[in-house]
Amino acid sequence: MPDRITLEVARYHPEEDSAISFQQYEVPCHKEWVVLDGLNYVKDQLDGTLTYRWSCRMGVCGSCGMNVNGEPKLTCATFLADYAPGPVRVEPMTNFPVIRDLVVEIGDFMRKLTEVKPWIVRKEEKPLSEGEYRQTPSELEEYKQYSMCINCLLCYAACPIYGLEPDFIGPAAIALAQRYNLDSRDEGSSERLEILSQHEGIWGCTFVGECTKVCPKDVDPAGAIQRYKLSASLASLKRLLMPWGVP
Amino acid sequence: MRASTGYTEYHPRWLRHRKSTYWWLERLSYLAFILRELSSVFVVWTVGFLLLLVHAVSQGDNSYRQFLSWSTSTPVLLLNLTSLSFVVFHAVTWFRLAPRAMVVHVRGRRLPGAWIAASNYLLWALATLSVAWLLLGD
Repeated sequence: MPDRITLEVARYHPEEDSAISFQQYEVPCHKEWVVLDGLNYVKDQLDGTLTYRWSCRMGVCGSCGMNVNGEPKLTCATFLADYAPGPVRVEPMTNFPVIRDLVVEIGDFMRKLTEVKPWIVRKEEKPLSEGEYRQTPSELEEYKQYSMCINCLLCYAACPIYGLEPDFIGPAAIALAQRYNLDSRDEGSSERLEILSQHEGIWGCTFVGECTKVCPKDVDPAGAIQRYKLSASLASLKRLLMPWGVP
Repeated sequence: MRASTGYTEYHPRWLRHRKSTYWWLERLSYLAFILRELSSVFVVWTVGFLLLLVHAVSQGDNSYRQFLSWSTSTPVLLLNLTSLSFVVFHAVTWFRLAPRAMVVHVRGRRLPGAWIAASNYLLWALATLSVAWLLLGD
């Protein structure tokens, strides 16, 4: 393994540039170093103007998503040594506007996320004196996989549909909606269905499947969307056959 | 600073990329997706061909023979061979999707995805055998 590796980092200065350019930096290639370590080395030792997002360094915060050699990756979980002898190309995530260097604008996702109500909706809250809402392990298992989403947005970067149809609600928001729909404590699935059954919702997805491949937490957003399509179709069929109301 | 001077939020010039027309050539999985979408056209052709066959049979012996002669011509044969490969591709990708869209519980336990896929393939094999028995059986 070489002791140094070259990073080709995308640079974009909104004040001066009209396109991305690439700048090369040589960084140490330690066995335990991830791409984020390389970027931090650049920032601390070589070029303090480099701009990127990061926080926890342990695959929990979901801040450090970037394209590494064209693939959407969490840079805190992507080892430099895996790309030896290099170079390693680091770019901002695709399908998002670039604010500066490796920082993308995620306001569109934040707006869509709140639209799908990713929280527990209750028609009527029971009084505190009645205690907590209990769940069995199997009830927890129903939605646990989808609750692992860390909003890293790698799935949006991998989804060509989101790139082509920016109105598409997108994989993570739908998977998180499904996480609450499957929660035994939640009563908001019909409210979410109204939003998600629109064309820009679940039906916008044509099952490319890349969102699931790049997900660092094995959430399987593509599976969540197909599952939602099936339940939405059954709900529509029930409404058609029993217009007086489903028991 | 005057009292009327308000705070102006900084609005940087975002860089937006246009998706290339040939985005589906960027990855093998994107190409597979486009081929799967394209396979729907061949599914429609297969259904159409079947309806033409039924129509020819209903019109009598002469019409059926004419249909057989037309369907063994090289262009139709090539089209049908292409359609067969696309229809098989369509079916296999559909069966791979089924376990991810369907969650089946038996006695309170979630059935493994492989079982759902296997049941789909089993039904496919049974349907194929039934059709083969109808066509080739005595």
